[in-house]
Amino acid sequence: MRYLLAFLWKHNFFFLFVALELIAFILMTNSKNYQGSVIINATSEFTGGINNTATNIGNYFSLNRANEQLLRENTALLQNSSESVLISDTGFQYVDSLYRYIGAKVISISTHKRNNYMMLNRGSKHGIKKDMGVISGDGIVGTVISVSKNYSSVMLLLHKDAKISARIKKNNQLVNAVWNEIDYRFGTLEDIPAHLQLEAGDTIVSSGNSFIFPQGIQIGTVTEYLNNSGQSLNSAKIKYSTDFNGIFYVYIIENLKKEEIIELEEENN
Amino acid sequence: MSKQIYIQLFKFVFLVLLQIYVLNNIAFFGHLNPYLYILFILLLPLETPKWLLLVSAFMLGLSIDYFSHTIGLNIAASLLVAYLRPGMIRRLSPKIDLSQGQKIGIRDFGFAWFFMYSSFLITIHHICLFLLDSFRMSEILDALGRALMSSIFTIGLVILSQYLFYRQKK
Repeated sequence: MRYLLAFLWKHNFFFLFVALELIAFILMTNSKNYQGSVIINATSEFTGGINNTATNIGNYFSLNRANEQLLRENTALLQNSSESVLISDTGFQYVDSLYRYIGAKVISISTHKRNNYMMLNRGSKHGIKKDMGVISGDGIVGTVISVSKNYSSVMLLLHKDAKISARIKKNNQLVNAVWNEIDYRFGTLEDIPAHLQLEAGDTIVSSGNSFIFPQGIQIGTVTEYLNNSGQSLNSAKIKYSTDFNGIFYVYIIENLKKEEIIELEEENN
Repeated sequence: MSKQIYIQLFKFVFLVLLQIYVLNNIAFFGHLNPYLYILFILLLPLETPKWLLLVSAFMLGLSIDYFSHTIGLNIAASLLVAYLRPGMIRRLSPKIDLSQGQKIGIRDFGFAWFFMYSSFLITIHHICLFLLDSFRMSEILDALGRALMSSIFTIGLVILSQYLFYRQKK
């Protein structure tokens, strides 16, 4: 025992290094699964406040781009919606039969890491809950993974674990959209049945099967169809319709009928 | 000595804030990202005890991770740099005399010494960081490429900072 202690003491630098690295790796593996969001949750109230200030300063430099983005979304709304929406358009929120939209400002975002997140200035105080969908004016952005009082963390489509149930718009076939790329502009479609031929330019939209996103919200367009010969399922490269590097405002989606649907499902089981 | 602690604390906070609010938002060509914060470990005084090197690396990594949703990643990479630092200094200048009060930097050690020292440790740090972040076999080559390109950016910034902050004192 004495020799062991003497040995440990002699090489204390090495053993302290190993011990601390071990802690780092435990933290790392935990943050890859759901426990990690607890750590994020505990810190976001603090970091969110600082990020908010920093973004407020940064916003002055990007006002033009943000205004353009909002203008584009407003134009789309004007074109698509009936007059009733125009009258009730007093803020970011409006209620329709199935979904409620809550506007939020992006206060921090990463796009060039392996797993990317963003933080929004809306939290449990504003009715945000875990697993709500997040979209921008251009398309799907991600899902809420943790919420604190004033802030929420969103797992972007640009994440190892992000898998979105999608549909090919022209023939309503179901596929899965994942992110295997390094480039934040592109994603991958998986599980395309071999008899389906996709062409560059085909639009991919949300399927509406997950109760997180409404049906028909744009995800992206196909840029390249990859034919894996000999396999029954093909894949394709898509270009996201959301420009992740340039979003300032997003909408968080609450499915007002989610509990009812889940209840019904449980009854069936 | 206590003055030294305040100086180091100030450097720590300054580099962490610079990293989170400026450098993390810079992505050259899509995904080249300089990680200048590691400069803190590189510039710690020569007489810093080894255990303190590791502990400060841990705290530094933790602070960066806290703000960037990457719990553990920057800790692991910073610890590796802190662990390799004493050996690196011994190899580059075996007969170093602590009593002369030399400070790590271009001013006291010369350009070639400092360039070797910082570029080796920064490259190790970036490779560790990008490899751990990718975690998938098919991405290793790409991660290495990005690590090396980002290292060049960081080394450039480190050398630049040397001329900005340390030269005039002479």
